[in-house]
This record gives sequence, structure tokens and C-alpha cells, in this order.
Amino acid sequence: MPGCERAAPVGGPRADRQPRPVRDGIGLGLAVGVSGVAFGAAAVSSGLTVWQSCALSVLAFTGASQFALAGVIASGGSLLAGTAGAILLGSRNTLYGLRLAEVLRPRGLRRVPVALGVIDETTAITLAQPDPAAATKAFTTTFWCLYLTWNLATLGGALGAGRIGSPQAFGLDVVGPAAFLALIWPRLKSGRTERLVALAGVALALATTTVLPVGVPVILAATAALAGALAAPAAEGSPEVADCTSPEDPAK
Amino acid sequence: MTATWIAVLATAAGCYVLKLAGLTVPQRILAGPRVRRFAELVPVALLAALSAVQAATNGQAFDVDPARLAGLGAAVVALALRAPFLAVIVTAAATAAALRAAGVS
Repeated sequence: MPGCERAAPVGGPRADRQPRPVRDGIGLGLAVGVSGVAFGAAAVSSGLTVWQSCALSVLAFTGASQFALAGVIASGGSLLAGTAGAILLGSRNTLYGLRLAEVLRPRGLRRVPVALGVIDETTAITLAQPDPAAATKAFTTTFWCLYLTWNLATLGGALGAGRIGSPQAFGLDVVGPAAFLALIWPRLKSGRTERLVALAGVALALATTTVLPVGVPVILAATAALAGALAAPAAEGSPEVADCTSPEDPAK
Repeated sequence: MTATWIAVLATAAGCYVLKLAGLTVPQRILAGPRVRRFAELVPVALLAALSAVQAATNGQAFDVDPARLAGLGAAVVALALRAPFLAVIVTAAATAAALRAAGVS
């Protein structure tokens, strides 16, 4: 980053790879967005119409919730339970929004379009950027690329494109896990608290997978962040996000 | 309007409001050191958990898919070698795809 060599990235001090917000955003958007084919196919086979499937991708735009609703409808569960489960799954986006608001600083009505884009992928890539300008660029690029790809792929999948080949054959099911890991990697390297919180989050989520409803284990992982924050709070008066003048910022 | 449409639109509305809620919380609430640290650590905890859950489970059951886990392992190797982001996800997907093409399910 020109003139800002010592800046702490939004996502952690000194990422060892230079983040490329636009290129990475387009890459992730395309790779993850293609999985919309799987959603479209699953939604139609669960009994939703093509238009209902597309409406979910256009308006809800959060994959896990969309799959959850389709899954409950497919298994003959009640629509109320399906809706409640899908909305519960979406609650982690609220937690992401807390952090994204600090970085993106959307004001007033700007929040209306920005909110639609608050999901796992955009959060991960935005918070991996070294400064607010790159973060905004990363968010916008990832959001639009993923939004367009996900919606076109949903339509394609709903119309039967899933028969061409499953996303799994192309290894696309590992794109999400690999991308999330790659995007938090600099933060895992930056601090012991981050590593412990990540490990505790993984342990909590996996330990409760078989006993809690789908999606809840991941939200439960937030308690690991709570424990980490109580054990090692941010230093008082520590600099704002991605302050160019800040040296290694212990708060990040 | 059918019941299914109501469920679809209610899901969409609920998910959107949850997203908006996070963005709308006044920043001064986030000013305390513990709250700020929590907001910073939440994505680390959730994305790590999500990565593990997507890699190793399916619904409420563990789902050990050797090709997928090998793909994630390849991503870890690529990260340790400081590969750029896109190279990491291409390595992961290509590893899983190659193993499946070779008959590893």
C-alpha cells in the first residue's frame, strides 16, 4: 500500500500477501456464485417454483438460509419452522454487520443496498484488506460479482442446469471452506488470542453439530469471540480501524 | 398468495432485517474496548467454525469426504507457502476435483 507501509490491515497486522481487492473479489464471487446452481436445483426439487427459488436468491441472498428453507420444505417440515430456521441462520450476518459498519461506515440510505451484501464471503474478504478504501472496493466488487453470479446460477440450476454436472465434480464444495480459511489466515498469524478464538469456535461448532439444529453451532462459535474479548479486551484509546500511522496495533 | 410464497418472502425479509440491524447499531455502542474486541473477533470465530462445519459435516451429521478434506489440506499447504488468495482456492478445488476424477469419493 503506497505511503502506508506500516499500516495494520483491517484484518490484522501485516498480511504477508498483498491483498488485491478487485481481483480476489471477482475470483471469489465467481467461484462461490456458481454454487447457486446447486441451490436452484435443490430448491426446485424441494417443491419451490423457479420464481420462488429466484426470489430467495434476489431478496434473501444468504446461501445457508436459502438452503435451510428449501431443505425443510423438501423434508415436508412446516413452513413456519422452515422460515424460523432460515432466519435464525441469518443472524450471524448481524454480527458481521457490527464489524463491517466500522470499516465501511455506510451512512443513512447507503445502508439499504449495503445491507443486502452483508454475508460470509463479503465480510471475510472486506476484513482482509489493509485499509478502508481497499475494504470498500473489496466489499463492492465481491458483493456485485457474487450477487450476479449467484442469481444467474440459481436461475440456471432451477431451470435444470444442474444436470450438466454437480458443483462437487469441480471441487466447488471446498471453495467456501478454503476461502474462509485463507481470508482469516493473516489474523490467525497475527495473534495468540485470534488463534485460540478460532480453535475454540471450531471445537464448539463441531462438538454441537449432532445435537443442535443446523446453523446454530456456527452462531454458537460467537461465544468463543466473547470469551476472547473478555479475556483480552482492546487497548484503551487504540487507533481507529486501519489508521495509516498506527504501528502494529494490538487491537487488531 | 400461496403459503410457500409467504414463507419465501418472510425468510427474505427476516434475513434482510438481520443484516441491516448489524449495520445500524450506533457506533458509540461499539466504543468500549471489550465490545470492540468482540466485534473484531466474531468474524474470526464464525468463519473458522463455518470453514470446519462446511468441510466436515452435512446437516446434523459428520461427513468425512476424503476429497474435500484433502482439498482443504491443500489450501493449508498453499497458505503456508504464502500463495495468493486465488491460488489457494484454485489449489483446493483442483485437488478435490482431481481426487474425485481419480475415483476418491
